[in-house]
Amino acid sequence: MLVLCFALAGMVACSSIEPWVKPYERDRLADPIMALDGDPVSSAYIQHVFEAREGARGGEGAAGGGCGCN
Amino acid sequence: MGFARRSVFTIVALLGYAASVNAGVLPDDRADVLYHLYDGGGVEIDGPSILVRKQVGKSTSLVGNYYVDMISSASIDVVTTASPYAEERKQWSLGMDYLRGNTTMRVNYTSSVESDFDAKTYSFSVSQDMFGDLTTLTLSYAKGDDIVGRSDDPSFERENERQHYGVGLTQIFTRNLIATVNFETITDEGFLNNPYRSVRYADPGSAKGYSYEPELYPRTRTSNAVGLRAKYYLPYRAALEGEYRYFIDTWDIESHTASLTYTHPWGDFVFTGQYRYHDQTGAHFYRDLFSRSEATNFRGRDKELSPLTSHVFKIGASYEFINDTEGWRFIKKGTANFSYSFLSVDYHDFHDVSTNALLGEEPLYLLEADIIQIYFSFWY
Repeated sequence: MLVLCFALAGMVACSSIEPWVKPYERDRLADPIMALDGDPVSSAYIQHVFEAREGARGGEGAAGGGCGCN
Repeated sequence: MGFARRSVFTIVALLGYAASVNAGVLPDDRADVLYHLYDGGGVEIDGPSILVRKQVGKSTSLVGNYYVDMISSASIDVVTTASPYAEERKQWSLGMDYLRGNTTMRVNYTSSVESDFDAKTYSFSVSQDMFGDLTTLTLSYAKGDDIVGRSDDPSFERENERQHYGVGLTQIFTRNLIATVNFETITDEGFLNNPYRSVRYADPGSAKGYSYEPELYPRTRTSNAVGLRAKYYLPYRAALEGEYRYFIDTWDIESHTASLTYTHPWGDFVFTGQYRYHDQTGAHFYRDLFSRSEATNFRGRDKELSPLTSHVFKIGASYEFINDTEGWRFIKKGTANFSYSFLSVDYHDFHDVSTNALLGEEPLYLLEADIIQIYFSFWY
């Protein structure tokens, strides 16, 4: 965790790095088909189904809630 | 205050100094109305999920979600040890995003209520955009307080506390490639099993050769998961996404999950196809059949904690019926969406005792389920 703190401090200090993908080159990334989570209710629902049917959980970047779904 | 919490707060303070003159962006204002249906293994669960998000002022976005599961269950566990039942779970959540410079702070409260289970979850996260918005670092913390009851015993009440710690990094690599990595640690402490589920043990005195006794789980569980996702814009207008997650916990469950998703637009339609694979080992206290009563200190027969392999095939279609270049009154864009998923789960050490086969001759259980989602999304 101390290493992570120093790494973050370094990243903060380097926040003036020039972006190598210029804003005018991000048209494809802005396309709705490239959205990482364009359907939040759908992805939250299917994540809930998998957590109820499997023993694994987490690591998908979205907050989960609790339920008695077992 | 624990070491993990001190670390999270230290990192949040560091991120607080990283604000730059570039402005971050709040999530789009939107409303989604979804109907979900899960049907398989003797269980049918359907209901709505409604989400509304609206920006208030220049820096704040509020979001609310209402979700219902209407459950009709005659699952393999229910038909072999109990009676089919019906119940309803209602969940609602409220959240707020606050944007300051390149930093977004998010708080959320979720409440889930059913007749025998009450769950409250409080979460907080901080996201920081860096390197000209090519990189986003997110730290998150959530705490859950659950109360487990029994519908047949009003005096039965047990508690369970959950804590989630997450670190996520999203990186734009090229004009065509974006990727994320997420680490998440979850700890549970308290009453962690289903109060209705039983384990079976060999019992020569029983007509079937086995009898049942209540489950007994450890009172703690700590899990770690790391997930990688990458999405690539193909040479023609389409996208390919790959995802992998590794999971391991103190119950000795280890899993690998991978999926591949292809997205293809065609006129006002967008089609998606996905295959997902999941394979896991079983919990150390899981047995399909224990050698005798109270054979081990901890005992479980939850098939979700058994060694299994699952496959999911999904197809989806989205139709943009309100075009974002024309709009309709205050609505900028509207889509109608449908998806169908087929879930197949092979259990490697969970036998189907509902067949009334002789002990030792029961077939391994196979679960197949249909999952349907129909939803409308509006942006305004």
